[in-house]
Amino acid sequence: MRLAPTLLLLIALPAWAQEPAPARQQQLIRMLRQDCGSCHGMKLTGGLGPALTREALAERPLESMAATIFYGRPGTPMPGWRGLMTEDEAAWMARLLRAGAPEEPPAKVKP
Amino acid sequence: MSTRRQLLQQGSATLLPTLLPALLPALVGCKTAPPTPQFAPRGSGDLGLVILRASGEVAVIDSSQRRVLGIIKGLGDLSHAAAVYARDGARAFVFGRDGGLTRVNLLTQRIEARVMQAGNSIGGAISQDGRLVVAQNYQPGGIKVFDAETLALRADIPALGANGQRSRVVGLADLPGQRFIYSLFDADAICIADLSDPDRPQVQRFDGIGRQPYDALVSPNGRHYIAGLFGEDGLALIDLWAERPEVRRILGGYGRGEQPLPVYKMPHLRGWALAGGTAWLPAIGRHEVLVADAQSWQEVARIPVAGQPVFVMARPDGRQVWVNFALPDYHKVQVIDVPSRRVIHSFEPGRAVLHLEFTPRGEAVWISCRDDNKVQVVDTASFKTLASLDLPAPSGIFMSARAARLGL
Repeated sequence: MRLAPTLLLLIALPAWAQEPAPARQQQLIRMLRQDCGSCHGMKLTGGLGPALTREALAERPLESMAATIFYGRPGTPMPGWRGLMTEDEAAWMARLLRAGAPEEPPAKVKP
Repeated sequence: MSTRRQLLQQGSATLLPTLLPALLPALVGCKTAPPTPQFAPRGSGDLGLVILRASGEVAVIDSSQRRVLGIIKGLGDLSHAAAVYARDGARAFVFGRDGGLTRVNLLTQRIEARVMQAGNSIGGAISQDGRLVVAQNYQPGGIKVFDAETLALRADIPALGANGQRSRVVGLADLPGQRFIYSLFDADAICIADLSDPDRPQVQRFDGIGRQPYDALVSPNGRHYIAGLFGEDGLALIDLWAERPEVRRILGGYGRGEQPLPVYKMPHLRGWALAGGTAWLPAIGRHEVLVADAQSWQEVARIPVAGQPVFVMARPDGRQVWVNFALPDYHKVQVIDVPSRRVIHSFEPGRAVLHLEFTPRGEAVWISCRDDNKVQVVDTASFKTLASLDLPAPSGIFMSARAARLGL
């Protein structure tokens, strides 16, 4: 009985089986917006690096996106991020970008 | 039965106490006219801007009182935004990532003018006489020249690669004589645009300067322009005072035989650290600060540091060089003593240190800590934290003293 909710989740979301824990997801989204944003723009519309919007990535295979994130692209300024994330996290980020990267919640700052 | 009169009386009885406090200041104001603080006469020498990258705002700061005076909203996408100052040190031109060019007034804390000038932009410069503002663009690749008063377009100069495609422009800086110098990331070239007559720009071009220039700087006297190269170890240097300026390679092959580390954040050269007759520069893909003799441009030292340097900035007197780092080491800051070339202080002011800016005479440094939503103000002699200001996702800090300096 206790296992039922977990099993249900696994069946319903096979592609997301290895998704990072919620706190790590927030970190990765922040990294995406803020740090990837240094080159790709905070709105991911491009800069030194290409645009990473859902429209721009529509034709790109997920595996190739995950590999670019994890290993980088030699000969370009795109570094491999494997020092800062796991392969599963890179794959999760690729799926996130494909679906349209979510906005970060606004910063909580004392008035 | 309540008559109309009764209602009116009731009405005025309840309204008056409400209205009186609102009316009083207006009435008193007619006689004494106390100026509101932000319009009180004051200079702008101790003012500055902090870019709030996530919210599209800039904070106006006072570096004497070490506090935030106000926030100016509505500047668009400010990731990697930069600012240059008009000669009055009171108005600043903010270059947004989305191609927005906005003139703000730090005294009134208002936007005075704004244009969307490109699709994707990364910084700009202002002419020696303050009349022309130039934006460097990734998309479409090139520079655009604007009248500083009206923000009307004066010239649009494409940056072309050998294949006829437009190149992204990096490392734009002003030079004496209404000239601007910039590098072409996709075309391995440096250009100098002479805008003495903005209707007829004259562009001089240097090709084959090295692979993928990513940023550049001009020395405080306007003599040397140095472009960092991402595609190879080394930098490209031009002596602009030479009779026939030409590009030569310096610090070539500093990492020969070593595998460079992944570069999670490009170094910035604009923090130009020229101190003690030496130039201090970030090594790409290495945990090192490179020191070159500023006469011969030969390497004289490499200083191991705590991560890959992003900004290597000399305190205005040149006695210290302050360094921050790319992720994953971007919670650290190190201070190098120039005479001994030793790291004399290491500390962690906050998460994601993006930028450092010294006060005009260098007694304090302002440090933006993006992920802690704080700007830390640190004493450069004692290294004590003097103030800590709460600001959302702060990045670039630009003090008005930049108005009086070339190349910023």
